[in-house]
Amino acid sequence: MAKFEYAPAPESRAVVNLKPSYGLFIGGEFTESEGGSAFKSISPSSEEVLAEVTEASSADVDRAVDAARRAFTGTWGRMSGADRGKYLFRIARILQERAREFAVLESLDNGKPIRESRDVDVPLAAAHFFYHAGWADKLEYASLGPNPRPHGVVGQVIPWNFPLLMLAWKIAPALAAGNTVVLKPAETTPLTALLFAEVCQQADLPAGVVNIVTGAGATGQAIVDHPGIDKLAFTGSTGVGKMIARAIAGTRKKATLELGGKAANIIFDDAPIDQAVEGIVNGIFFNQGHVCCAGSRLLVQESIAEEVEARLKRRLSTLRVGDPLDKNTDVGAINSKAQLQRITELTAAGEAEGATRWSPECELPSKGFWFRPTVFTGVSQTHRIAQEEIFGPVLSVLTFRTPHEAVAKANNTPYGLSAGVWTEKGSRILWMADQLRAGVVWANTFNKFDPTSPFGGYKESGYGREGGRHGLEAYVTTGDTK
Amino acid sequence: MSTSTAPRDAVDATSRARDLLGVSRLTNDSLTSWLHGLPGVDQVGCEARAAMLGTRSIKTTSKAWAIDTAISMIDLTTLEGADTAGKVRGLCAKALTPDATDMSTPRPAAVCVYGDMVPFAREVLGTSSGVNIAAVATAFPSGRASMAVKLADTRDAVANGADEIDMVIDRGAFLSGRYLDVFNEIAQVKEACGSARLKVIMETGELVTYDNVRRASWLSMLAGGDFIKTSTGKVSPAATLPVTVVMLEAVRDWLQLTGEMVGVKPAGGIRTSKDAIKFLVAVSEVAGDDWLDPHWFRFGASSLLNDLLLQRQRMRTGAYSGPDYVTDDSPSLY
Repeated sequence: MAKFEYAPAPESRAVVNLKPSYGLFIGGEFTESEGGSAFKSISPSSEEVLAEVTEASSADVDRAVDAARRAFTGTWGRMSGADRGKYLFRIARILQERAREFAVLESLDNGKPIRESRDVDVPLAAAHFFYHAGWADKLEYASLGPNPRPHGVVGQVIPWNFPLLMLAWKIAPALAAGNTVVLKPAETTPLTALLFAEVCQQADLPAGVVNIVTGAGATGQAIVDHPGIDKLAFTGSTGVGKMIARAIAGTRKKATLELGGKAANIIFDDAPIDQAVEGIVNGIFFNQGHVCCAGSRLLVQESIAEEVEARLKRRLSTLRVGDPLDKNTDVGAINSKAQLQRITELTAAGEAEGATRWSPECELPSKGFWFRPTVFTGVSQTHRIAQEEIFGPVLSVLTFRTPHEAVAKANNTPYGLSAGVWTEKGSRILWMADQLRAGVVWANTFNKFDPTSPFGGYKESGYGREGGRHGLEAYVTTGDTK
Repeated sequence: MSTSTAPRDAVDATSRARDLLGVSRLTNDSLTSWLHGLPGVDQVGCEARAAMLGTRSIKTTSKAWAIDTAISMIDLTTLEGADTAGKVRGLCAKALTPDATDMSTPRPAAVCVYGDMVPFAREVLGTSSGVNIAAVATAFPSGRASMAVKLADTRDAVANGADEIDMVIDRGAFLSGRYLDVFNEIAQVKEACGSARLKVIMETGELVTYDNVRRASWLSMLAGGDFIKTSTGKVSPAATLPVTVVMLEAVRDWLQLTGEMVGVKPAGGIRTSKDAIKFLVAVSEVAGDDWLDPHWFRFGASSLLNDLLLQRQRMRTGAYSGPDYVTDDSPSLY
């Protein structure tokens, strides 16, 4: 029907060299597991097995923590900040040089479109290393407090939605501040972390400074419970975050938790409408909505609700859903079968509760895990789809009449990670930003990230900040030497 | 979609504007309220959208289609003080036979020349070549002349046989808020055009803000323009992708409001096939495929044609040739 059909434009997979199976990266080398088992990492867009990966046992976690401790008390802890910075700069450069390889592998393992892994995930990951490399020899001047110094060994557990980027958010500040790391990538997306282990080798990073242990919940639990861990950093669901907070209560372990969200994207009647529509699309359909700060609740002023809805639907009908490696794909695959089931269940609940469901017509591939971009209109605050984090390409549209009502509805959630405000009135942006209980408030834009800008939540979206000078605070202790 | 070649009905622009604005008398105040009531354009978001459209990867069959479509949308242009009958004849010969090594190459939509050059173009193009003759008028490029002169300029070009008129708006009037003056100017030129289609050059490089581009687009459509066009080519920046996106949004929304289609013509600064394809992507994804037709979308360009021809030869033969393997009928004097 369309005159201008885009021919397939797939990015080549040839740049990625996957091994059939991977061990654990401990003490600077890939090692066999002690008593752990193996699991397969599949491509969610085709269900093809990409590689076999090790599920680390608690004995493996012991070895990793020991290696990290030796590196901390040995080379890394004694190294000058300037020298640590050199390693971080080197890692950043290698990430840039191998950007295409990382982007292709990320899209294969995660299901996200190559346009996003190429233009967002990988460049931002490199930017985080560049940024923190600059801080490594300037910690005393970062206003963190007197005598800033590392905690020691940091345990880090990251999610599957931005595998390499979340790794960078965690590892770069930890290393800049002089800590060593034991990191567990998510069980559905371990491959770019394992490729990053190769980058650590390529950069001659001293053995044990970064240790990567793959596995699922039990491996994560072993890290959290390990007595040799000084600080924990976790990004993931609020449920698991609460378990971690309980597990470390009463211990000396520090923690930062970056958890779920149910962000309001608020459109006033004087907003730049065409750009607001782009912001709505970017807010909820970027990365298939697998974004903790996704603008999953659209709050639109009642006087323009119909117009915004019509424009949004027209725009959504141009979204290209399909092969993540095609350079023209806008929306890729859902990361896992389990996540697809959760999205399916919550959207069914939305229909059952009386909201109106709409999706653009688009063909979905027959294999893999797919979900059409979906918009619910006529949503109330009490509906589950307005309260629970769906973590998928599903937008709930609510309306408001006055700025106060918008604030009340936006804040009426246990979460508080992010929010968006769209209006041409500058004073209203400032007032709204002051009223909204959310860690990040975007004005006339959405889902903008930068290593210099702190990111983190209010309420059940977690505590602590990542990025910027504020993010460094979590990785140092200050004051008199204990 | 309608591809009839008749220009928009020369209805009384003022009475239609009164209807659309819901006022009994069209005043500068009523036009101001209407234009300033249009949603704003956020610069950062608009440029980000254009940049994203620019990342589309157009390959193989779709690239071949896009190249031929782009060629067929070109207004092959020469607008120099140094133009001569000889140069215009050369340009027209090129329009008739863009690539003598491949007669399946489509012809551009039109040649675009100064009004006094129209007869020379007509000699070469005749009346059945399918290549239209567009003439710039209304004291192009500055537009700084009295209304009487502008109308005479227009009538002269039409009398010489121009199929299309490319007029410039009075940017001074627009920037000082005299929207009614701009409206009347366009409406009168439209009337003087008779059956020729009218392209309204807004000179977006002088309007500077996207808000102004949006307002000028709506004002031009309200006053009866058949096309809205970015630039004269004499002011930098000329046709940028974000400006064109704003104009494509305007014609899309105008169709929704009135049921009428208006064309879009970015002109100036588009020199490569790669750039031209980005514009076609924007047309497709912002306004819709109905605009992917030479009747509704044009490129104002000169050197673009040869780059498209080189790419076309490359797709046919599998190898890049070089600039001496496409004919150049209007090399630079300088």
